[in-house]
Amino acid sequence: MSDHIVKAFDEELQTLKNMLARMGGLAEEELARAIDAISRRDGALADQVIASDAQVDALEREVEERAILVIARRQPMASDLREIMVAIRVSSDLERIGDFAKNIAKRTHAVSEDYPRRVMTGITRMGSLALEQLKDVLDAYVQHNEAKALEVWRKDEELDALYNSIFRELLTYMMEDPRTIGLCTHLLFAAKNIERIGDHCTNIAENVYYLVHGHPLTAERPKGDVTSITPMVTPEK
Amino acid sequence: MDTKPTLITPANPAIMQARPVKVRARHVNVFYGDKHAINDLSIDIPDRAVSAFIGPSGCGKSTFLRCINRMNDTIPTARVEGAITVDEQDIYDRSLDVVQLRANIGMVFQKPNPFPKSIYENVAYGPRIHGLAATKADLEGIVEKSLRRAGLWDEVKDRLQSPGTGLSGGQQQRLCIARAIAVDPEVILMDEPCSALDPIATARIEELIDELKQNYCIVIVTHSMQQAARVSQLTAFFHLGNLVEAGDTDVIFTNPQDRRTQDYITGRFG
Repeated sequence: MSDHIVKAFDEELQTLKNMLARMGGLAEEELARAIDAISRRDGALADQVIASDAQVDALEREVEERAILVIARRQPMASDLREIMVAIRVSSDLERIGDFAKNIAKRTHAVSEDYPRRVMTGITRMGSLALEQLKDVLDAYVQHNEAKALEVWRKDEELDALYNSIFRELLTYMMEDPRTIGLCTHLLFAAKNIERIGDHCTNIAENVYYLVHGHPLTAERPKGDVTSITPMVTPEK
Repeated sequence: MDTKPTLITPANPAIMQARPVKVRARHVNVFYGDKHAINDLSIDIPDRAVSAFIGPSGCGKSTFLRCINRMNDTIPTARVEGAITVDEQDIYDRSLDVVQLRANIGMVFQKPNPFPKSIYENVAYGPRIHGLAATKADLEGIVEKSLRRAGLWDEVKDRLQSPGTGLSGGQQQRLCIARAIAVDPEVILMDEPCSALDPIATARIEELIDELKQNYCIVIVTHSMQQAARVSQLTAFFHLGNLVEAGDTDVIFTNPQDRRTQDYITGRFG
């Protein structure tokens, strides 16, 4: 799109975009390191992740302040207004993603030596899929690429399916050996956190669609998370 | 005359669904000598609503506004082609009384232009020459009602005999609006009515426009996009003599369909 007559307006919008790019980078890194920390049970790395989340939080506040200033100063219209509204929403999604990553990192300390290896494989797989989703949706956002955003939006179903299978698996472990309940609950929360990160990626995807088209995406997203309606069944002896 | 809108996008603005058409223009072309000022313009303007014309200087928005009450007739080199109707009545019909037309279609200008007479006379003049008041009491009633509608009564009721030109700019503009509505028009045309006013006086006029739209068809030309967004229900964007896009104001300012509209309202026009 061509430039504004008032150059300072362009600069203000560019600053917002740069801040969002930085936030996205930080959130990606935080998630990657959180998954790494919990799967290798690396407490020191987990602590770094926990500390780094403050940066993402601070950036979210700054994005909001700057966005409000731009609105007050420029009274943006049409695509400019959408750009600013979407920046506020995306920054809030990224802030939540950072929180979830931090929460995963925190659970590293609770994972003891004798955790079921296979479950951790599942968490790692979920983690890398979520990371890929986050990376793709951030690219789609920067490029205003609505097709790519929709791809992310649809692909979230896979993450949900993966979460379902981990959920069932962990239930089985807990029922077989009640001593693992504490550990498995932590892992269950970690998996749920990753699943939620996926949902925030779809929020961002929907915002990219809105940014490009000027009206919200109204279609129903394919959903694969059925754990909230899965009854707990005692395995047959 | 074909009554289908030819240039309205999206095809059916919500405001046109909700209100009858008051002013209908079809294939209007305006020339000033050799200069082609308006090119094949068709639009429907709703009754009891505010329609805003926006666009860069020289885009034809004021020229078109002046076609609606035949103000262009006063310019010798001006030539208007096509059809404009108000309530389905052709306003360029040769048998039409232009003086009566201009009473039906009031106009408020950029610079407040009260007559060099008293506040009372400014408002009373129109109804008197159009024979709208039978008695002095009638006339006083019309003056008071018009000044009240224009939101000016409380400020001037104790000095109706003072000169209209002694009022502040914002008050003068409201006096001009009172003068326009005193002859009981159906359409009010406003050509940048707030551009000479401070923000407080502007807000008063905008509040007034908002009230007047209950009873009148109002068309406003404005250079302030924010004003168009604030006061109007229909917005038409003009560029180089063409009507580029007309539609619900809410849509034009959030999601315009034409690239030129988008560039203009976001401040990207060269």
